[in-house]
Amino acid sequence: MNANAPIRNTQAESELIERYEAAKGSLAGSVAVSALRDAAIGQIRDKGLPHRRVEEYKYSDLRAFMNSAAPLAEKANLDAAKAAVAAADTFGDLDRFRIVIANGAFAGDLSDTEALAAEGVTVSSITAALDTEDATLLLASPKTGPNDGVVAMNTAFVQGGIILSVKAGVDVSKPVEIVHVATSAGGQVVRNTVKVGEGANIRLLETFVGESGTGEINAVFDYTVEDKANLAATRLITGKADAARLFTTIATLGAEAEFKSLGFVAGPKFVRNQQFVNFTGEHSEAKIYGVSMAGGSDLADQTLIVDHAVPHCNSREFFKTVLDGEARGVYQGRINVAPHAQKTDGEMMTQALLLSETAEMANKPELEIFADDVICAHGATSGQMDEDLLFYLRARGIPEAEAKTLLVLAFLSEAIEEYGEEDVTEGLEQRVREWLADH
Amino acid sequence: MPAVQETIDQVKAIDVDQYKYGFVTDIESEKGAKGLSEETIRFLSAKKNEPEWMTEWRLDALRRFKQMEEPDWARVSYPKIDFDELYYWAAPKSVEGPKSLDEVDPELLATYEKLGIPLREQEILAGVAPENRVAVDAVFDSVSVVTTFKEELKKAGVIFCSISEAMREYPDLVKKYIGSVVPVTDNYYATLNSAVFSDGSFVYIPEGVRCPMELSTYFRINEQNTGQFERTLIIAEKGSYVSYLEGCTAPQRDENQLHAAVVELIALDDAEIKYSTVQNWFPGDKDGKGGIYNFVTKRGDCRGKNSKISWTQVETGSAITWKYPSCILRGDNSRGEFYSIAVSNGHQQIDSGTKMIHLGKNTSSRVISKGISAGKSENTYRGLISAHRKASNARNFTQCDSLLIGQECGAHTVPYIESKNATAQFEHEATTSKISDDQMFYCLQRGMNEEEAVALIVNGFVKDVIQQLPMEFAVEAQKLISISLEGSVG
Repeated sequence: MNANAPIRNTQAESELIERYEAAKGSLAGSVAVSALRDAAIGQIRDKGLPHRRVEEYKYSDLRAFMNSAAPLAEKANLDAAKAAVAAADTFGDLDRFRIVIANGAFAGDLSDTEALAAEGVTVSSITAALDTEDATLLLASPKTGPNDGVVAMNTAFVQGGIILSVKAGVDVSKPVEIVHVATSAGGQVVRNTVKVGEGANIRLLETFVGESGTGEINAVFDYTVEDKANLAATRLITGKADAARLFTTIATLGAEAEFKSLGFVAGPKFVRNQQFVNFTGEHSEAKIYGVSMAGGSDLADQTLIVDHAVPHCNSREFFKTVLDGEARGVYQGRINVAPHAQKTDGEMMTQALLLSETAEMANKPELEIFADDVICAHGATSGQMDEDLLFYLRARGIPEAEAKTLLVLAFLSEAIEEYGEEDVTEGLEQRVREWLADH
Repeated sequence: MPAVQETIDQVKAIDVDQYKYGFVTDIESEKGAKGLSEETIRFLSAKKNEPEWMTEWRLDALRRFKQMEEPDWARVSYPKIDFDELYYWAAPKSVEGPKSLDEVDPELLATYEKLGIPLREQEILAGVAPENRVAVDAVFDSVSVVTTFKEELKKAGVIFCSISEAMREYPDLVKKYIGSVVPVTDNYYATLNSAVFSDGSFVYIPEGVRCPMELSTYFRINEQNTGQFERTLIIAEKGSYVSYLEGCTAPQRDENQLHAAVVELIALDDAEIKYSTVQNWFPGDKDGKGGIYNFVTKRGDCRGKNSKISWTQVETGSAITWKYPSCILRGDNSRGEFYSIAVSNGHQQIDSGTKMIHLGKNTSSRVISKGISAGKSENTYRGLISAHRKASNARNFTQCDSLLIGQECGAHTVPYIESKNATAQFEHEATTSKISDDQMFYCLQRGMNEEEAVALIVNGFVKDVIQQLPMEFAVEAQKLISISLEGSVG
């Protein structure tokens, strides 16, 4: 097939184009922003949604998966949103600040904006900012790989989101939960920009609750971690959903900065969690973790590119996948080491546990190295549960189901515990247990 | 950790400007018409007295080739090849059909002598112990000039001849197996090869026979503006064994020359094929001018139960290498192996690796790949390990290490690991830290420092790969043995 030949749009693509024409007038944005949106929808019209012949989507054919595209979600009913947030048990009674994004738009009234301001954290809606002329910077995502289709979808339809900024030197006392809540059906397209000032420290929890029916969720998180700053982001992607769940992280790290993230996936039918981590200052560190559980005919895709553009940076990538039923797991990771990025230390590990005969795992741990004095390693394993371990536990009187739970938990906990955010560990392990009880 | 001095010196010793096979043999030769067309193919086919079905097979491949597009996924870049500017047939004039060694042009014999390839049986017999004898099929440009030890092999029932001869003498065998592992339309270059392949080797080992000597083909490109398209077909019947070696060199020229080969191996029940390559095509000069484009499709089919195919390659030549010797593990309990050392230097680009496709039950495979890049070269390992639904208890172990020398080269690893069976167990690793603590402790305790200990252990490991090579290649491979892999990156 010729990649340059014009394509025939699928039903979902045609619906996206219609949706764009219908929503265009109400989508925020200056002239320049509108031009970006036009270009993005043009890309979908000309090239289609990402499909298996696009190398980055080889194992996650979004084009084949999306049968239709629902219209964008309407403005949320705040009472319903409040009730949905209260009902959702994301991290139990963990003491935390909360920022609510309802049906794709920042809900200031439901957020702890004032308490955060007192700490030195400002939160505002991205919508107003998009109306200014230099807002294109907010949507420019040059570091996501050339013309990423998921990011283009986001750019075209961004409904809202937040601009969060942590003042230099501030150590935010409690974790900040960004809750994305759906109160009605329809697509939800969000862009959140987070800037952690020099020497500041913040922990984010990103959660998605409520029922969005047949609409897709497409969220882009653009983090800037300035010199000596520290950001930890835990992303919880759970719940049963039949529409695509698409997440993109773009992280830009200054010097001596630390960035840590965990993508926790359990439940939805089609999840793509992609991360682009860029080092721009020396002596920084990134630790990227992933925990995926997929059953039925679900697809869980964790994709990342870590770009070591400067010397003396460390990165560690550790991904765990558990698959049941006819589920498919995907891990695609790439460490780039630019010329002269000496003393880079990169270590990537991906492990998969297949619980059923029919599950499938695709691992693709890549290295692309142009500097000679570096240490980069990668490993990949996949296999079924160790019968000996199971036998050991059963011989000690532990019933089979419980023994299996223990072993899966032990397998996944390696990543959760190494991530080391102690106040979320228990909540995540509880979710592993719940998922296992369902499968 | 940067590379140690010893390694740097070793790689320098095989640098592109050290190429010693770059001479041209001045021999009168005959070329076919330029360009890729039906006429070229009919000419070629007629020249070789081929049966009608073969000509049709070629023409069909050509038609399909015309509809295909050149692949661009490999990490190599080169100007577009104009297939109409190439000659598809070049042969030394004196060669006409089967002959005895006495009829071979002395100039040719001198060439092979210069390359260190023994073609005279009595010389080999005089110098070397009988168990180390090697039967050689020498391919010069488009034709096989001589095959040695044919008679003796015949006694054992082994067929070893050029593929053109096989098509005349054993058409049923050729017809049955050719294209059965690498189909005509498998990929761009394989399709081109199917249309225009000129010569190559044919090996048939009958049931239960252990081939009495090593078989070897030596490829030499001599003419200008020619492509070499050879085709090798090796069939190992039930319970047989064969070890096959392949070597290649070319003169030093400013232009790029194309080498697009297809190698098909078929191992039936309990058979074993061992295929070793020392690839030393002209790599281009130090400015990246000239050199061979080596676009090769090599694939082995473990068709029978308990069969085994093992690929060993030492890659030091070619301007561009695009080569993925693979194993289809179809038979239950079959085994595939791939051992590779790829050294790139100057402006060389290597995109190489393997595919292990597990289809049968209890199949196992092992991949060991060492890439060393220096100068301004790019060295990529690209591999696929896959287990299909029915491949219960498939096992794979992959290790690919690479080493960079200098700041202008690149080393890349692109592994694809696809498991569709829960009982399949795949392990992929790429570190030097996997040296066992016990071994390290043992060495340190005896007064070695850490670097010496690592070098000793890793060298021992590389030696394991080298030892997969038959004796005859050991000399060339020897240079690489002392390359240690300290500071290697996955």
